[in-house]
Amino acid sequence: MSKVPYILLVLGAVCLVAGSAAGLFYAPKEQYMGDVQRIMYVHVPTAWNWMLVVIYALICAIAFLFTSNYKWDARLEASLEVATLFAILLCCQGSIWAKPTWGVWWDWDPRLTSVAVLLFAFLGIVALRNFVDDPPRRAIWSSVATIIASVDLPIVYYSVKWWNSLHQQQSSPSTVSSQFHFPLRANAFGMLFLMIAFIMLRSRIAAARLENEIAPPLEAA
Amino acid sequence: MLSALRKELLLQWRSRAQLLAVLVFGAAALLLFSFAIGPNAAALRQFSAGFLWLGLLLSSTLTLAESFHAEMENRALEGLLLLPASARNIYYGKAIANWIQLAVIGISLVPVMVVLYDAGTMRIMTLVAVILLGSAGLSAPGTLYGAMTSQIRSKQTLLPLLLFPLIVPALLASVKATSLIILGDPMGEARSWIILLIAFDAIYWSLCGLLFGRVVDE
Repeated sequence: MSKVPYILLVLGAVCLVAGSAAGLFYAPKEQYMGDVQRIMYVHVPTAWNWMLVVIYALICAIAFLFTSNYKWDARLEASLEVATLFAILLCCQGSIWAKPTWGVWWDWDPRLTSVAVLLFAFLGIVALRNFVDDPPRRAIWSSVATIIASVDLPIVYYSVKWWNSLHQQQSSPSTVSSQFHFPLRANAFGMLFLMIAFIMLRSRIAAARLENEIAPPLEAA
Repeated sequence: MLSALRKELLLQWRSRAQLLAVLVFGAAALLLFSFAIGPNAAALRQFSAGFLWLGLLLSSTLTLAESFHAEMENRALEGLLLLPASARNIYYGKAIANWIQLAVIGISLVPVMVVLYDAGTMRIMTLVAVILLGSAGLSAPGTLYGAMTSQIRSKQTLLPLLLFPLIVPALLASVKATSLIILGDPMGEARSWIILLIAFDAIYWSLCGLLFGRVVDE
């Protein structure tokens, strides 16, 4: 058992605490939104890492269909759940930020809607995995469903964009003042480390469960 | 593929009582939607396109969940796969049959919508085209997920759970196009929504056909 995920957990927590502290106390107040804007320091890093984990899930799904190696199935299971968690976090943080600034909890913006749609799609795949007991079928079906859901994401994004749009432009270090950089970057890496640690630990559990399903350990005589 | 399609259509014709039941279900759903809004003729007319597509979507979960019913009895799917026909042809046969069924339901719901919501239009052919394209968008992923969920327990819950998030763009485009057709389309926007529908159909009809072989592979 490697110690890497635990080291990453500690590292991620340190980055997140440092970044959030800097964001709350060191970074200057935003001109129009005031202190409310400080939620950006967790919201934007969550969004970046959510995109990364969705891409990783798609890679795992494709890799499993090509190689039929169950290590990809375990990683897919882990990344599906982490992606679901991050999508829920995104929706909560976004609503908290939206209420005081836009006056509403929710808006039918392409990005919000895409996150929500993909959240439901991934919840469906997680449910599918729980309903299928046969490991090969579970692995193939959830890979197929992940590919189909990921292909849907850009279509959802553009169709909702034509349909209606209030969300501000994505924030990146190039669109915000340099005083905002440190908390944003520290939190982004903190989230990234935590995410990798979660995926590693969760896929370890998934692999152990799979081993137990395929070849249960013999009863001690 | 043609023989697979013929088999599906024959099966559907023999179980036409089921199709009729789904139709009645769809019409009942349209009736209920009007109670949700209240007797406000203007609002009903404005939302009629959305109601039509929701009615069709709800009906589709019934027909799609049933579409692999015959294959599940006596492990007939394995028999089908042993035939010298590729899984892809079986998929396309089934998907086209589901498509036809959904389009028939959709087109039959239109008069119900016109009567209940006073949402008539002169552009009948465009409306039919939108219904054909929209139901194609439902049937391609629906058939693939139907193949998965028919083999597991609680299929009635899982199929909509997997299908609904996926068809958001198709639903959005169909509703937009339909409501532009009904309410008037001064800017000619319906065209771009129809193009979006065509793109959605093209992507999913090819992708699902590619992946179906893996889904039924033992």
